[in-house]
Amino acid sequence: MMKELLYHITAFKSLPLGEVGGAALWIILLPLANFILLGLGKKYLKNMAGVLSTVLLFIAVVIALSIAYHYFFIDGKQNGVYQTITICQAHWLSLSPTMNVELGIQLDALSVMMLVVVTFISSMVHLFSLGYMKGEERYANYFAYLGLFTFSMLGLVAATNLLQLYMCWELVGVSSYLLIGFYFEKPSAVAAAKKAFIVTRFADLGLLIGILILSFNTGSFDFQTVIQSLTNTQSSSFISITASSFLGMSTLTWGLILIFIGGAGKSAMLPLHIWLPDAMEGPTPVSALIHAATMVVAGVFLVAKLFAVFAIDVTALQLVGYVGSASALFAAIIACTQTDIKRVLAYSTMSQIGYMMFALGVSKYGGEEGLGYSAALFHLFTHAFFKSLLFLCAGAVIHLVHSNEMKDMGGLRKLMPVTHIAFLIACLAIAGVPPFAGFFSKEEILSATYKNNKGIYILALFTSAVTAFYMFRLYFSIFWNKSFDNHHHEHHGEGTITMKLPLLILMLCAAAVGFIPFSEFISSDNHPFHSAIHIGFSILPVVLGLCGITLAAFLYFKQNDRPDKIVNSIQVLYKTAYRKFYVDELYLFITKKIIFNGIAKPAAWIDKNIVDSCMNGVASITTTISATIKNMQSGKVQQYALYFFAGVAVLLMAVLYVWK
Amino acid sequence: MPENFFILFKQELWLTAILFILLISKLKDKQPAATSLLTGINILLLLNFLSGFFFNAEGSLFGKMFVTNHLHVFEKNILNLAALLISLQSTKWLENHEHIIEFYVLMISSLLGMFFMISAANVLMLYVGLELSTIPLAAVANFDLKRKTSGEAAMKLIISSAFSSAILLLGISFIYGCTGSLDFADINNLLHKEPLHAAAFLLFFVGLLFKVSAVPFHLWTADVYEGSPVAVTSFLSVASKAAAVFALLNVLNKMAQPLSSIWHDALIWISLLTIIVGNLFALRQQNIKRLLAFSSVSQVGFLLLAASANSSLGNAAIIYFILIYVFSNLAAFGVIALVSAVKQKETLTDYHAFYTNNKFLSWCLSIALFSLAGVPPTAGFFGKLFLLMSASQGITFTVLTIAALNMVVSMYYYLRVVRTLFANNENECLEAIEVPITAKIALVICVAGILLTGVLSGAYNYIITLQ
Repeated sequence: MMKELLYHITAFKSLPLGEVGGAALWIILLPLANFILLGLGKKYLKNMAGVLSTVLLFIAVVIALSIAYHYFFIDGKQNGVYQTITICQAHWLSLSPTMNVELGIQLDALSVMMLVVVTFISSMVHLFSLGYMKGEERYANYFAYLGLFTFSMLGLVAATNLLQLYMCWELVGVSSYLLIGFYFEKPSAVAAAKKAFIVTRFADLGLLIGILILSFNTGSFDFQTVIQSLTNTQSSSFISITASSFLGMSTLTWGLILIFIGGAGKSAMLPLHIWLPDAMEGPTPVSALIHAATMVVAGVFLVAKLFAVFAIDVTALQLVGYVGSASALFAAIIACTQTDIKRVLAYSTMSQIGYMMFALGVSKYGGEEGLGYSAALFHLFTHAFFKSLLFLCAGAVIHLVHSNEMKDMGGLRKLMPVTHIAFLIACLAIAGVPPFAGFFSKEEILSATYKNNKGIYILALFTSAVTAFYMFRLYFSIFWNKSFDNHHHEHHGEGTITMKLPLLILMLCAAAVGFIPFSEFISSDNHPFHSAIHIGFSILPVVLGLCGITLAAFLYFKQNDRPDKIVNSIQVLYKTAYRKFYVDELYLFITKKIIFNGIAKPAAWIDKNIVDSCMNGVASITTTISATIKNMQSGKVQQYALYFFAGVAVLLMAVLYVWK
Repeated sequence: MPENFFILFKQELWLTAILFILLISKLKDKQPAATSLLTGINILLLLNFLSGFFFNAEGSLFGKMFVTNHLHVFEKNILNLAALLISLQSTKWLENHEHIIEFYVLMISSLLGMFFMISAANVLMLYVGLELSTIPLAAVANFDLKRKTSGEAAMKLIISSAFSSAILLLGISFIYGCTGSLDFADINNLLHKEPLHAAAFLLFFVGLLFKVSAVPFHLWTADVYEGSPVAVTSFLSVASKAAAVFALLNVLNKMAQPLSSIWHDALIWISLLTIIVGNLFALRQQNIKRLLAFSSVSQVGFLLLAASANSSLGNAAIIYFILIYVFSNLAAFGVIALVSAVKQKETLTDYHAFYTNNKFLSWCLSIALFSLAGVPPTAGFFGKLFLLMSASQGITFTVLTIAALNMVVSMYYYLRVVRTLFANNENECLEAIEVPITAKIALVICVAGILLTGVLSGAYNYIITLQ
């Protein structure tokens, strides 16, 4: 029996991708090794912990880049199509004779791109954290958690099947929980961690049920099998899943919508976004990594991974489009009113992810029709660079002024020149000013949207003007506005070289990655195609963006009373947006008032008052009887018996009634 | 007597031998010191557990009243493991107790009764096992001699079991009247879908549901758990519950197949009710033992949901979940036992900022609670996942959704405890608690079990092969 219990950890079978295929395993194992080493040896490593994990991460970056090179330029393409390659696979569970679950690594164009993004941003954040977290009491723990996060995120993007994806999906949730609550001495951090965890868990539930629906109908968890049998309209599983329906929608639609709910929770889409702004309680580099560049785009990744199936089901895809565009606009408006710089960035992240989602939502499958798909992932790619750059800059600023509030800043451009330039370039990129990265990806999104859905296009145009406005409001308030008053605190400059270097590298990326011809690498059906920028088409969004910037400059370049006047003239609107459209209050109302007070409290009340006070009541009458007898001969047990026999009777009657 | 009697009856003989050793040592004039006594008993329980891995065989005894096979051996060994871990955890409490030997005699008798329940292939054998497992527990619930609540718990347990036994016996007599047999296989052939047969079976069924504390037969649970000493509470919530679930599975699969459509529906309704009620009552509990009592009620609901699937996959998922549940619940109760042995404190507020002085214990308790809540990568996640997956074959998605929603609700109250542990220590908090080596070993085993049982697939795949 012991032999069977110890059982098989089956040998990995590996398929070559040039020489580096097997190395993909190392990308995932290195962060895991990092987590385990730091977790076990933190007492001995002390300050070496950060250096060790940064070095490990840089090795992973090198491997990821070389794999990407091999995949995109040498081995990955056959007959003009990018192949899906399973690098290694280990048998893990047999749920039934026909349903097996594997753990492994599967590379396609999307996964390879994500591997590069995750390892690269993670390594930058590691490097930045060396200086930023210096002197923290739980320095090694911090890097261990980062390792855990990177490991699970990489496992997620390289998953071979839905169950592995789900496991890693939950694991990133756990590591996000640990990192948001890193400063667990602060009650607000603990509350934020818990909120993030519970809100995303609710959404994950949708994902789980969605996965179960798709898998039981196709008889497999494997991505390729699921996609193949659900895109083949002749297959028996497709016919059965579309034939059955529930509340007027087919099972397929339900499955996809539930999966999208999971994605929307992680990606902070309306109305499941409430956790993201609070998650800013975590250390700022963590926000850069998890809540800007990688984990929050997991929802986009998920929809893109199953895009072939989504493309078949119009209802689900439309939902993705509308939820995305609504979130983009909604978050942009809120961002204009927030005064905590990290919260502004959080809402801007939500808004940009909304862009990616609606680009997927308006896209079609295959060839140039799939421009939206390529554009969404292009934006994911560029966004990762400029948004993590923005967060790291914000980290540097917060490091200097020891506050998150805009009013404590202003005039910082002379004190921190590197940060200033980096922040400016990132702002230009996100505002869509050519030739920075965001311009190209946003342009592709807008042109794909223009072709397929005019309504969303108009919303998107408006949103991009608002985006330019609030980003430059942030920029001017931090670096211009008033002169920085540094009488009452000594500042220690911009920080060490390890804090400046990532800013410089990311700044270069934010300026340059837009020139990558993205659709020639990533496309919905893996057939590369060429997409061009139409100068005439891009005039309007750029002009709108510049208008936004001008307006921001007019209001915030120098200290003046214009912003206050405007706020006073639209008091109600401003307040509504400032209070985030009262969504949090709505949730509080539902959970606290309805669920707690309406259901749980009465339940506890019955337990406490009716059940217990029956005993107390009897007890107070019979005070003369000794204490022992009082406790034993209370009404309680009789009452239990009553419930018990009533239960038996109800059960019997129910069964016999159903009989007739 | 069949030639392999000693092999087939091995586990029961082991327990009987331990019982005799304990009784003889009690009769001696001079009692050994508490620590050496406890060490001796722990070694015996360890040997008992290890013996479950060797020389196993399949067969039946006593005119087919008693059946054993590899699956039963595995189930019994889960209980052996639970008994060993509980014994290791409670050394600190027992060291100062006057009646160590009596405690073990009663607990091991109860364990013996559970073994008979699991191996029963005859209704009478099942009944005898059930009573043997319950009555000693009622006595042992009273072992916190100074606390009145302990006596109250014992009284409540014995009286409530008396109700259920009465119903169970009524069911048995009706079944005998309908079929003229007490043998599982015969009954399975002779039962029909008739009202009388169904009523007879349901009475029997309710008796077992009482033991697993399904709603609405759960009311005794919270009071008894709260009042009993922690060691007994963990034994009740883990071993006793597991044995009853195993017995219930046996009955459903081997005795009541003709009525499967009836108990399928009944189980779905009862399990939903159990999950929801258990969770709602747990939501606002302030006493940590009461909280775990209600949470264990809702965990049983998930087990019953999978049992309703009536498939070998469902059974495997249940056994697997119980293995995980043993680790998770015992890790939680292990920490509570240590705290209450020193402080006599069990309310949630007493655990405020527990992490400040008790880092190891806090981590153990948090990991256990994460596992109970079903958060990956702890084993509890896999357990729940397999339960839901096997259940999803026989039920509608509405039921599945309600069950899964409750998983999230349960997350709330488990995290509430974790949050209390890690809270800021503005006020005073519990000082460091000394962890005896035995308890440390037990906790490490539990935590290792929680972290490894899920990720390494060996245990689950082994259970699947047993089906």
